[in-house]
Amino acid sequence: MPILSVKKLTKSFGGLTAVSNVNMTIHQGELIGLIGPNGAGKTTIFNLLTGVYVPSSGTVELDIGNGMKGLNNLKPYKVTACGVARTFQNIRLFKDLTVFDNVRIAMNKNVKYGLMATFLRLPSYYKEEKIIEEKALELLKIFKLDSKKDELAKNLPYGEQRRLEIARALATNPSLLLLDEPAAGMNPNETAELTDLIQWIRKQFNLTILLIEHDMSLVMKICERIYVLDYGTIIAEGKPEEIKKNKRVIEAYLGEEIADA
Amino acid sequence: MKQLLNKKNILYVIGLAAVYGIIQFLIMVDIINQYYQVNLVVICINIILAVSLNLVTGFTGQFSLGHAGFMAIGAYVSAVITTKMPQEYSFFIGIFAGAIIAALVGLVIGIPTLRLKGDYLAIATLGLAEIIRILILNIDYVGGAAGLTGIPQYTNWTWLFIFTVATVLIIVNFIRSSHGRACISIREDEIAAESMGINTTKYKVLAFVIGAFFAGIAGALYANYFYYIKPDLFGFLKSIDILVIVVLGGLGSITGSIFAAILLALISAYLQSFPELRMVIYSLLLIIIMIYRPQGLMGTKELNSLFRKKAEKIK
Repeated sequence: MPILSVKKLTKSFGGLTAVSNVNMTIHQGELIGLIGPNGAGKTTIFNLLTGVYVPSSGTVELDIGNGMKGLNNLKPYKVTACGVARTFQNIRLFKDLTVFDNVRIAMNKNVKYGLMATFLRLPSYYKEEKIIEEKALELLKIFKLDSKKDELAKNLPYGEQRRLEIARALATNPSLLLLDEPAAGMNPNETAELTDLIQWIRKQFNLTILLIEHDMSLVMKICERIYVLDYGTIIAEGKPEEIKKNKRVIEAYLGEEIADA
Repeated sequence: MKQLLNKKNILYVIGLAAVYGIIQFLIMVDIINQYYQVNLVVICINIILAVSLNLVTGFTGQFSLGHAGFMAIGAYVSAVITTKMPQEYSFFIGIFAGAIIAALVGLVIGIPTLRLKGDYLAIATLGLAEIIRILILNIDYVGGAAGLTGIPQYTNWTWLFIFTVATVLIIVNFIRSSHGRACISIREDEIAAESMGINTTKYKVLAFVIGAFFAGIAGALYANYFYYIKPDLFGFLKSIDILVIVVLGGLGSITGSIFAAILLALISAYLQSFPELRMVIYSLLLIIIMIYRPQGLMGTKELNSLFRKKAEKIK
């Protein structure tokens, strides 16, 4: 059974159709790439999957453990509660908060202590805050950010901000992780490290991952299957080797060959 | 319990008891006379108002210009209760009834208006506070434009101190909890907050309701000190006064709000001797402070975090 099933997903902004008739099926544990030229609609698809945009038509369904649940009309925080977490293309950390707080905020949805416990600092407050602290530290350790936990997020170097975004997404305890250009702006060394990290967290957290990426070395190395998007429609789908040879994909990226030239 | 009994908290309790004791003593020996007491009352009420507005505007990032409206509700509800019920415990019934009704009105107003952002929200809250004022103005039962007189004076230094400390403590506890962090994340980046599983509407409304609740308490304390209230006291200018304290102290700093409330009350009291130039000097001072400290006196920092930084440097 698929963990995510997208059927005939369409999104128009006025007269512009950004995404049209997209079908995708992702199975438990897969690592899927979503590639395409700039402006093809990749981030729009992420926004549709996470509830930031409401689809014009089509359905998005997620396996939440006891059957498929439609995500179409859910608000982003409810989609996150169903187990979908994401990072952003143009890093959206809580810049003026500490690294530690960035991760702790993402654990809010599991907090059970109520307002009285908050106002009066009842034992349940201390108990749950301690659990949150421990979990957050554990995550930061995995991402080698524990030594910087009290620094403001905006003061981290770029690569570490990207890592913190992934750590923050994982703090919501997702089953499906959407990564929007995780390697953008990284140097080859950092990209190689990130590649290992993504594969490691997938095993460790039992995740299914869908990632948008322009760095082909990363995509071709780790993705099991790739969807190629151009002008809002899926033009190819398959294993990395197939995609590399696909004529339509090459055309989309490099332009058509001129006949009889 | 053991989390509460650390050195820091014991020091806080000793410090607060000392402040209470010294001022109580000064009132008893009449060094703080009737005139200074008025300033003391204004400082405490302004601290409650500023700290509660800071929760909405400074921490949750929702620009509200309607705080005086909630204060008016608290003031009028408690004034009616204490005037109609001569027993002394009606003071507490009045305070809590005023606060709860203010909070309920905050809930009703907050749900539709908090969909708006920035300037639009400011204008909407401003308008709603005016509606509250004009409704009160037209209710003859509470005196209309002439106001309500003969409110018993129950508010004294002890109760002011207790309510001010409780307000600050409860709001600080809220901010330093998971719920408070959720509010702060909305100020930082609403889209990211929502994508991290934060129900942004719920937390915006929650902050607004808590803010209204404490503004209601401030209003009730006010009404039961000054014998007399009228709708004009809770107009647009009162909301601006509170906002000035919050911005001056630093959006997102509780200690900043407390300092600014004390500082502005002292400046204003000192300038009483120059009535013609009072507002001119007051405004000039505000302009100068804002030019040199645009982030407010404390920015988003708290007093104890400044001490901590210094201690680290010395190490």
